[in-house]
Amino acid sequence: MTKLNMVKALNLALFQEMERDPDVVILGEDVGVDGGVFRVTDDLQRKFGSQRVIDSPLAEAAIIGTGVGMALYGLRPVCEIQFSGFAFQCFHQIENHVARYRLRSQGRFACSMVIRMPYGGGVRALEHHTESEEQFYAHIPGLKMVIPSGPRNARALLAAAIRDPDPVVFFESKALYHAAKEEVPPESETFPIGRAQVAREGGDLTLVAYGAMLRVAREAADVLQAEDGVAAEVLDLLTISPLDRETIVASVAKTGRAVVVHEAPRSFGPGAEIAASIMEGAFLRLEAPVRRVAAHDVSFVGFAREKANVPDVARVVAAARETLAF
Amino acid sequence: MPRTVLEPRFQVEYLSILDSEGHLDAALEPKLSPDELRALYRAMILGRRLDERMVRLQRQGRLGTFAPIKGQEASQLGSVSTLRPTDWMVPSFRETAAMVWRGWPIEKLLLFFAGYVEGGQPGEGQRDLPIAVPVATQLPHAVGLAYAAQYRGEDAVVMAYFGDGATSEGDCHEALNFAGVWHVPVVFVCQNNQWAISVPLKKQTHSKTIAQKALAYGMPGIQVDGNDVLAVYAAAREAVDRARAGEGPTLIECVTYRLGVHTTADDPTKYRAEEEVKMWEQKDPLTRFTAYMRQKSLLEDGLEQQVDEEIALAVERFEATPPPDPLTMFDHLYAELPPHLVAQREELARRLREGGAPEPDAPAPTPRATPMRGQRLTRR
Repeated sequence: MTKLNMVKALNLALFQEMERDPDVVILGEDVGVDGGVFRVTDDLQRKFGSQRVIDSPLAEAAIIGTGVGMALYGLRPVCEIQFSGFAFQCFHQIENHVARYRLRSQGRFACSMVIRMPYGGGVRALEHHTESEEQFYAHIPGLKMVIPSGPRNARALLAAAIRDPDPVVFFESKALYHAAKEEVPPESETFPIGRAQVAREGGDLTLVAYGAMLRVAREAADVLQAEDGVAAEVLDLLTISPLDRETIVASVAKTGRAVVVHEAPRSFGPGAEIAASIMEGAFLRLEAPVRRVAAHDVSFVGFAREKANVPDVARVVAAARETLAF
Repeated sequence: MPRTVLEPRFQVEYLSILDSEGHLDAALEPKLSPDELRALYRAMILGRRLDERMVRLQRQGRLGTFAPIKGQEASQLGSVSTLRPTDWMVPSFRETAAMVWRGWPIEKLLLFFAGYVEGGQPGEGQRDLPIAVPVATQLPHAVGLAYAAQYRGEDAVVMAYFGDGATSEGDCHEALNFAGVWHVPVVFVCQNNQWAISVPLKKQTHSKTIAQKALAYGMPGIQVDGNDVLAVYAAAREAVDRARAGEGPTLIECVTYRLGVHTTADDPTKYRAEEEVKMWEQKDPLTRFTAYMRQKSLLEDGLEQQVDEEIALAVERFEATPPPDPLTMFDHLYAELPPHLVAQREELARRLREGGAPEPDAPAPTPRATPMRGQRLTRR
């Protein structure tokens, strides 16, 4: 076992998948010689050549659009969009084509491809470099939307995404890239897409989180345990779409209380779908309304004010206490 | 320091072989066998007759909105006929003649425009993409296909279609740029039919030609008389051969004219003069090719009736299609249906069993179709 941070773990997944399958190609801006602005594709061009690790011209729509063509031919492109805030320049390719080719061609073609993007705040970055936009992709039929929370599951989920027959939008939290190291087994492993994990067991309250918010939820659970004697169960969604409603509903059926945490703005965010799913699946077991702790419905605050916007441990603890006291 | 010229003066060629008066430049005449010429001619007649039939079917309410091709048969068939079955054809939404040439059964195309998703399914192993509606977005796909062909070491060529309006889209620029940088085997065929719905070419671009845009991407560009099937064929042959030989992409601008409506929901009398249409009718690609075939004694008796019969049989098969099963709307969304969609499918199945769901539309007359891309409904 080696301890790796998330950047190195993702790099390992790409390396192993490229070794395993010659159809896997990488394309994006600065992914080759530079190894990506976050170094996730570091050294891969040297190992696999510039035909497989392609430094593309600077154009998001064509990165995804040519990725579509490669996928239709039978390759397995892994496209990198440098920051999720720039993905609106390829959003039409994702919505109009990536998500629809299997349906439109009635199964003759499919876009078996991965679209990787760094997302989220916490890195003192400019506008368009700090936002969380997972809700847009989770809303599109035909796509899968994955957000890992740590090095090990990032590696395993990226490998699974590359092998998946359907297109996967894969969000990587910039705040987590170098946050922590974790044991990652040297041999290749995959985690199932569409499955949430119970990150911490508890019977009093369910905290639902993913990506960088998992750590916030875990720490909030620690505080609740230490200060209130409350055992919070923490769910790590890992996949936003298709959502693992079964695991969420089973947990809330047990605890009767739920708080959903995400970095994306609150209205029409993943929390709304999760809360609705809990209502549909566990209404009679609920002891309190489902609460959402999310960013405010503002487009951009600047990193100087970011801490007042992105959910933190204190906000999650406060929401949990209100839920428990209801 | 005096100013210096960095590049020699760029040149853009115009190619015409058989003009609208029927004059032939024998030195440029492509070497096509009598069988090849007959096949091309038949496909052009079929393209025209099918288009006319489809407009009638639409007016009867049996097809939804579609984009007729009348006037663009030479641009499509002159180019697509240079491809091998192992090559790729990437259409936009006005390539009916090219699609039939590539083997799309007519009834499948009719089904597509009657609102059946089944109509968009290419045949097993057929290297054609389905119709792409959002303008120019199919062009990067063509470049990706070509990259993949090159990556796999296969000699497949990709031919991509688009219109003059598409050249204003960012995706068109991005695709041409990527194709130039990657030096991949794509032939971009722009059918410049002068009108993007109601906007004429001069309001679309200040560029004198579309062909010259190729130069900025470091690839050859040529403008051809798009109503001259021989010129289109010759230009496409050259571009396809060059692509296959590893010599990169080409942009071909076919100067043609949309003799009919943009779509069946369009009324061109609102934006263009009848005299202009009349002028272009004089340049009809079929008239001059018929004269050429007559001169070569290659005209076949009864060809039109033969073609009409083929169309009639396809229409019969189309009309015999059973109503669509609404439950299949969930097929092919994912390789494997996720649980929430299994639940939604069950919910719809229950509604269908209990008789609470509306009847699906069958190829029988249906209510008036909704327009495409900002078009208002026009009563005709």
